[in-house]
Amino acid sequence: MTLFAFTGAIELGLVYGLMALGVFLTFRILDFPDLTVDGSLPLGASVVSVCIIKGVNPYLALIPAMMAGFLAGMITGVLTTKLKILHLLSSILTMTALYSINIRVMGGSPNIALLGKPSVFDPFRSLNLPSYLVYNIVFGVVAVLVVALLIWFLRTEFGQALVATGDNPRMITSLGVNTNFTIIIGVGISNSLVALSGALIAQYQGSADVGMGVGTIVAGLASIVIGETIFGKRRLWTTIISVLLGSIIYRLAIAVALRLKIKGFSFEPSDLNLITASLVVLALVFPLLRESYNNRKRLKSCSK
Amino acid sequence: MTKVKSLFLACFAFFLGLSISAQAYTISINQYVEHPSLNAAVEGFKDQLKANNIEVTYHEHNAQAKNSTVTQIVNLMIDEKPDLILAVATPSAQQTAQKIKDIPILFTAVTDPVNAGLVPSLAAPDANITGTTDMNPVALQLALIKEIQPTAKNIGFIYNAGEANSVVQRDMARDAAVNLGFNLVEATADSTANVNSAAQSLIGRVDAIYLPTDNTVIASLEPIIKVSLEHKIPIYPAEDDSIRKAGLATYSISYYGLGQQTGRMATKILVDNISPRDIPVEDQTDHKLIVNLGYAQQVGIDIPQSVLDKAQEILQ
Repeated sequence: MTLFAFTGAIELGLVYGLMALGVFLTFRILDFPDLTVDGSLPLGASVVSVCIIKGVNPYLALIPAMMAGFLAGMITGVLTTKLKILHLLSSILTMTALYSINIRVMGGSPNIALLGKPSVFDPFRSLNLPSYLVYNIVFGVVAVLVVALLIWFLRTEFGQALVATGDNPRMITSLGVNTNFTIIIGVGISNSLVALSGALIAQYQGSADVGMGVGTIVAGLASIVIGETIFGKRRLWTTIISVLLGSIIYRLAIAVALRLKIKGFSFEPSDLNLITASLVVLALVFPLLRESYNNRKRLKSCSK
Repeated sequence: MTKVKSLFLACFAFFLGLSISAQAYTISINQYVEHPSLNAAVEGFKDQLKANNIEVTYHEHNAQAKNSTVTQIVNLMIDEKPDLILAVATPSAQQTAQKIKDIPILFTAVTDPVNAGLVPSLAAPDANITGTTDMNPVALQLALIKEIQPTAKNIGFIYNAGEANSVVQRDMARDAAVNLGFNLVEATADSTANVNSAAQSLIGRVDAIYLPTDNTVIASLEPIIKVSLEHKIPIYPAEDDSIRKAGLATYSISYYGLGQQTGRMATKILVDNISPRDIPVEDQTDHKLIVNLGYAQQVGIDIPQSVLDKAQEILQ
């Protein structure tokens, strides 16, 4: 793999990793399958684009984008806890509604172009760095910040309540914690991260599009599982880092799939999804193979 | 760390990128999704270059309608160092333009390049990018409905409100409807799965259905045809692939032709060394009037002789 495809996959892995961390918060910590993300990613992108078009500083514009994502998550949380709608369906409802809302946010248009508009990358561009470094620096800094904040947050009292809400809701209720509240806030925080990811992606790719959220949850779940399988989940903070790494590996798999050529057999461009899925399977089976190999080695040395 | 290393090795083992550089030119194609119209445009593009005797090696990519994959394709194309990039459909064109500033880019099947931020104006692209728009003559096509069905009042319009290209056409259709005295009945479908319900929602409410060049709608034409035949509501599609399947008549836009037109622009850039910034964005000017008589019989509509006289192609 050459430089651009490689660094490109890393920068995408980092920025979509923010989304994966959001999904991790609901899916793993809260034990809440949340499909809102397919709508809150383009929501973040829509809000940031409208702000930038209106002349707001691209960094400041990330704040309303995250707030919008937080609200979207809260709505899913309220539907689940207060209206007693099954969590999966609540999130599907919010995601469905967000499609229309996103078009409204963008003033009735499904696509806003940001080509040539100010972006978070501008201050680094003026340093005359190559573009692949600029993207990696910005996304890398944001990802490290988010990971650090998330680790810190989950160690606070409220963070611990969040973890307990997912692990053992009955126990935590008996300790006097209102799980409805923790769920609403937790899903909100998760979606604010997803919206942040969307807001950065819009500036990175030069447009916000109402269709850009398709498949977000799939990529998020794939990143989590890849990360956990390959790097293990011994402690909370290592798991959080492994989710980010999982996201990078997922993007690397697609980058490899895109340029896969085997002599004598030509892949059609339409085979891409099949190849990506196969590579992810390979990545997931890998630790398993290593384990059985190690076990066999251990057995052999024992029998000696 | 050894785990990580061995994983990378496994990835590398899978990658056997064979770069062929014996031929004269390489062109990378960044297509957004598998789709009859978009495929036809790419085919027309390639056939035109072949007809011009230009040897080309193609790197073809298809994002399968996933935004993040478009980004990865753009990164990959930077590595491929092609002589030219063909970006097919708006999302692919936008992302290509965002990242690649030093390779000539041609776009096609983009309805509104100015609004999409690709060029400041159609006449003067002013950067490394130009191309062809698939803007179709909406007003002309709607006027044709009036000519064939003079008593028609309510016209159905099925589209995906999530597609920028369709929203542009909807606004044009709204204006044209006012001028023609039509009442435009809009039905939206946000995915191919919902096209059927959108078509069914129009039953009993419209005298005819107009179909814009909407990626979602055209990819799921069959349910609309079924509704049309069962309830004898004639449909009027905007482009020529669809009218060959079903549809009364249209001043058609041909995506194959659009691709050929883009191919001619590619020839200018590759052979004549003209910079894209000096090539204005082109649209299709020659709209062939196609009438589908076989379909007309099925829905029980008589095509007026005046229309048949003008028709450049009559399908039986």
